[in-house]
Amino acid sequence: MGPEAVINKSLAELSRALQTEETSSVDLTRAFLDRVDNGQGLNAFITVDGDRALEQASAADARIARGDAGPLTGIPLAHKDIFCTKGLLTTCGSKILSNFIAPYNATVIERFNQAGAVILGKTNMDEFAMGSSNETSYFGAVENPWDRACVPGGSSGGSAAAVAARLTPAATGTDTGGSIRQPAAFCGITGLKPSYGRVSRYGMVAFASSLDQGGALTHSAEDAAYLLSVMAGFDPRDSTSIDRPVDDYVGRLEQDISGLTIGLPRQFFGEGLDPEVGQRVEAAIEEYKRLGVKAVDVDMPNCSLAVPCYYVLGPAEASSNLARYDGVRYGYRAPEYTDLIDMYKKTRSQGFGAEVKRRILIGTYVLSAGYYDAYYLKALKLRRLIAQEFQQAFQVCDLIVGPTTPTTAFKLGAKVDDPIAMYLNDIYTIPANLSGLPGISIPAGFDDAGHPIGLQLIGGYFAEARLLNMAHHYQRVTDWHKQTPAGCA
Amino acid sequence: MLTQSDVERIAHLARLEIDQGESKVFSDSLSRILALIEEMNAVDTSGIEPMAHPQDVGLRLREDEVTETNRRAELQGIAPATEDGLYLVPRVVG
Repeated sequence: MGPEAVINKSLAELSRALQTEETSSVDLTRAFLDRVDNGQGLNAFITVDGDRALEQASAADARIARGDAGPLTGIPLAHKDIFCTKGLLTTCGSKILSNFIAPYNATVIERFNQAGAVILGKTNMDEFAMGSSNETSYFGAVENPWDRACVPGGSSGGSAAAVAARLTPAATGTDTGGSIRQPAAFCGITGLKPSYGRVSRYGMVAFASSLDQGGALTHSAEDAAYLLSVMAGFDPRDSTSIDRPVDDYVGRLEQDISGLTIGLPRQFFGEGLDPEVGQRVEAAIEEYKRLGVKAVDVDMPNCSLAVPCYYVLGPAEASSNLARYDGVRYGYRAPEYTDLIDMYKKTRSQGFGAEVKRRILIGTYVLSAGYYDAYYLKALKLRRLIAQEFQQAFQVCDLIVGPTTPTTAFKLGAKVDDPIAMYLNDIYTIPANLSGLPGISIPAGFDDAGHPIGLQLIGGYFAEARLLNMAHHYQRVTDWHKQTPAGCA
Repeated sequence: MLTQSDVERIAHLARLEIDQGESKVFSDSLSRILALIEEMNAVDTSGIEPMAHPQDVGLRLREDEVTETNRRAELQGIAPATEDGLYLVPRVVG
């Protein structure tokens, strides 16, 4: 199989080609490394170690030859630069970690290593995953392969752009308020955020620990099922990991969906939703009805307040988590300072970018004496109301369906000076994080300007298999997920 | 509404050094964010139990046994400044 044939194949197809030895992991890895090297000018990667990738690929080929391979053995993958990789730079998109070589692997990386997957490189991201456009990265913005003047979304923007541009068969990401689903929608790919507790957070640089969850950015629900099968599972090293069996995500893809009911929250279709996005989402709902799925309206009024709630809880947790960057044990330290406090201040002021500082400041404020009850405690109570709203909705429907984002990808620079406009991008994705529920974004068409549109499905706790199954059925009857940006095929 | 001096006070608590220009920019954007946050007050949450964790599960305990080996040299290898196995920082006590 030549390099051209390789890059347009799905992960599932590549896996079969490796098993039947139609291609080798070394050839695959070389083909994708060449793509990454030329990079299409997207700035999707922060670190690439070709020699190391090819070593892993040779080991994978030997494993396949021994007949000891799993579905991901020999598959090159890109990882968001938030997952610690032993011996390889892990920057989290920040100057403060720009020299950080992790002394251990994240559990997610460990699991992929055991499965025999190849690490192609580490992808660009918003600094500490704080952003919806990938423009807060210390390593520069990423371009959207569908429109180079537009953002790829964020914070997993490098991963999303790399998958969309066929620089990697699939990638990992993390999602705290929409950071997998929103860039997946903007880049026309599939993005899965599992339930909180399903994928280990060990070795995943912490932003907001009660919201962060690792997941997959892929071409299809089928490919996401393969990734999740490796990523999911109990980890004693993550105190919030949930000890329950992992479903057969691949095996359940074809399961019958007729007779299921989807709930359409009124609040996801109101003011602020771009009409073109709304039309494509309605068309997708019609497609589901043709597949025998029923649709009901549901009312989720408190979801409208998910953004304010999130901008208390996310920054509060971030300000605590980011206190560890003090220039003492690892990472950047300011070159000049007078005393200890001055060293902390100069290190942190030089090491963090403006958006990270902004969130640390909000978090510090809402947790400070006299404001805790009015902001933090209030937000925790509202969080419960939002979570309860989902449970009420699931009394009358199996899944929630709506748009992933209010608009398609916006222009680079358009919202950098307006944090509120930026935050409102995540209005439909944040409720799932607050509730800890799994969500997926799948391609559902394009607007008139040719920008991809994402359809979001949200399931009950640990309903990943059902989400992937529903997404897979849609992808069997549509080909939006098979479209490739011009110049990237 | 946050003034520049509020911002400077919070920045000190967060161990961030910000100059006059930055405190102006941050007082504008933080004030707007706080106005957004205050939309939460539209909902009555009295009597609602705060939700700190999505699954409401307690933290697990494990047996108190040694699970990690000593990796001091490796871990200090990535530190900005160490000496004799200690992390070096500016003098704190006279």
